[in-house]
Amino acid sequence: MTVAGGETAQGISVNKNQPHARSSLWRQSFRRLVRNKLAITGFAVVVIMFLACFIGPFFSPYTDNKINMALMNHAPSAKHWLGTDTLGRDVMTRVLLAGRISLTVGLASMVLSVFIGTLLGIIAGYYRGVVDQLIMRLADLLLTVPSLPLLFIIGALLSEWKVPPDYRMYIVMLMLSVVSWPGLARMIRGQLLSLREREFMQATIVLGLSDKRKLFRHLLPNLVPLIIVIATLNIGGAILSESVLSFFGLGVMPPTPTWGNMIDAANNMIDFQERPWLWLPPGFSIFATVIAINIFGDGLRDVLDPKQKR
Amino acid sequence: MSTYFVKRLTYMAIILLAASFLIFSLYAMTPGDFITGNIKLTPERKAELREIYGLNKPLIERYLTWMKNAVHGDFGYSLAQQKPVLTLFNQYIWNSFLLAIVSTFLTWLIAVVVGVIAAYKQYSWFDTLVMVLIFAAMSIPSFFIGLFLIKVLAVDLKWLPPGGMITTGSNAQGFAYVKEVIHHMTLPVIVMTLLGVGSLTRYFRSNMIDVIKQDYIRTARAKGLTERKVLFTHALRNALLPAITLVGFELPALFGGSLIIEKIFNWPGIGQLYMQSFGLRDYPLLMGFTMFIAVLTVIGTLLSDILYHLADPRVKL
Repeated sequence: MTVAGGETAQGISVNKNQPHARSSLWRQSFRRLVRNKLAITGFAVVVIMFLACFIGPFFSPYTDNKINMALMNHAPSAKHWLGTDTLGRDVMTRVLLAGRISLTVGLASMVLSVFIGTLLGIIAGYYRGVVDQLIMRLADLLLTVPSLPLLFIIGALLSEWKVPPDYRMYIVMLMLSVVSWPGLARMIRGQLLSLREREFMQATIVLGLSDKRKLFRHLLPNLVPLIIVIATLNIGGAILSESVLSFFGLGVMPPTPTWGNMIDAANNMIDFQERPWLWLPPGFSIFATVIAINIFGDGLRDVLDPKQKR
Repeated sequence: MSTYFVKRLTYMAIILLAASFLIFSLYAMTPGDFITGNIKLTPERKAELREIYGLNKPLIERYLTWMKNAVHGDFGYSLAQQKPVLTLFNQYIWNSFLLAIVSTFLTWLIAVVVGVIAAYKQYSWFDTLVMVLIFAAMSIPSFFIGLFLIKVLAVDLKWLPPGGMITTGSNAQGFAYVKEVIHHMTLPVIVMTLLGVGSLTRYFRSNMIDVIKQDYIRTARAKGLTERKVLFTHALRNALLPAITLVGFELPALFGGSLIIEKIFNWPGIGQLYMQSFGLRDYPLLMGFTMFIAVLTVIGTLLSDILYHLADPRVKL
């Protein structure tokens, strides 16, 4: 999105001076994206969610670390819109603070897995041979081992090594990237292999361009749309995986709140049955965020990568 | 063809061997074991048990023993339940299979019907609604939707039981037993169907959209066939064909259970067994389960490649 948005912003400023300015592919794509109301709604929801989580808590009169026994387990009211939890903390504020962590983990693990996946995919697809074999066999191996047990084991290891709660979120990002890069690398490699056979790549060989130039000026720009789409859709998946791990107590741990570990309240019979305000709001936050990201990502896909359906 | 299979099977064996080593070392690294966790045992008894189970031997030796037995179809004894791992699998797997087969059937049925109609009426309000619902289904956190439905349908409305496979303490027989199980499996089946139906509907929708655009559909219409015939005999069959490749990918899900759903609904399946054993660090069972899924995944991939070739002979193996 940043690439598309940035390019287009420049394009529009040029457009003011010259009414019939050249139309770049990026600008065309941006126009088509804006016309897709569903996708724009999705994007708006994501933006609102981010703003609410990152700026919202500053406007809240409550702090997360203050335990107030007098305010334990109050139902939602005008003062506490989503009630208070077992330690008397305001649930609304906590949901927003949890959103910060969940969204950060989602974004960061996306960046990491897309980076690893793209890099290895490109190396494998471009250089072929032994490197390709090594990378793709490793990917095959990781795709063969079921990911949930794999994540559980790493989660249990972390608990044993007494990783401080503050650092756990960084390791959770790493864990999620470990299981999601193989799929990405495969996709990127596949795309690269098909690009290599195109006429424009044969032209670069005829022109005698250097490897570096072929890769960075001709192959990569053609991969960018695919990467943007994969990256967007990957955020939703990462947020979901983080919530599963944290719910089972193997991801980010309290006191650091995340949407997943807040739903852990549902593991307590009384909280589950009598105090749904403790675990419903984080669940719906995950749902709203992920659905918005997926709808926006799909809109992006229609625009940037029309051939890739599914 | 036969050289292809020899190569393919060799590769499968190598990948599984590597996977087994990875799985074994990961579990070996996992902190705690079944014996350390048991506070009732004296240190001498613990040492004795470690000796018996071979836990004090070096990693490589333990791996080789495990592997040698596994190749002969012996995945060892569950430490917690004192039964062979495979016997336990056999005991629990069919409960998982029951949930999986019913929800898979429903998922495919709904996905085909809704996907085809949505594709036929592309860009109509129905299609837009379906697209939004598809995204909704694809964005649900599985454990949360389970908890939410238990809360609404079981706790508040009391329409369905909150979990388990039979009512606690019930010893219903025959038809009453069947009724009870159906009653208990409704909620998990709904959730599993909901979780799977989104992406599959989308798959059928986009397949159908591609097929409708083909020349042979135009030909069929041009020669005056009824719309019904065009749609069901000419379009639908070609849209469904590629889906048989998905059958292979369903394999791990059909027999491997679902860790999250079975845990949430307290369903006595193989996924629930895994989650229980994870807390107890019952390694033979944990390793057996993980290896089992890996084998299913590899076989599933091979199966779908073969089916792909059968469905579309243009695709070379």
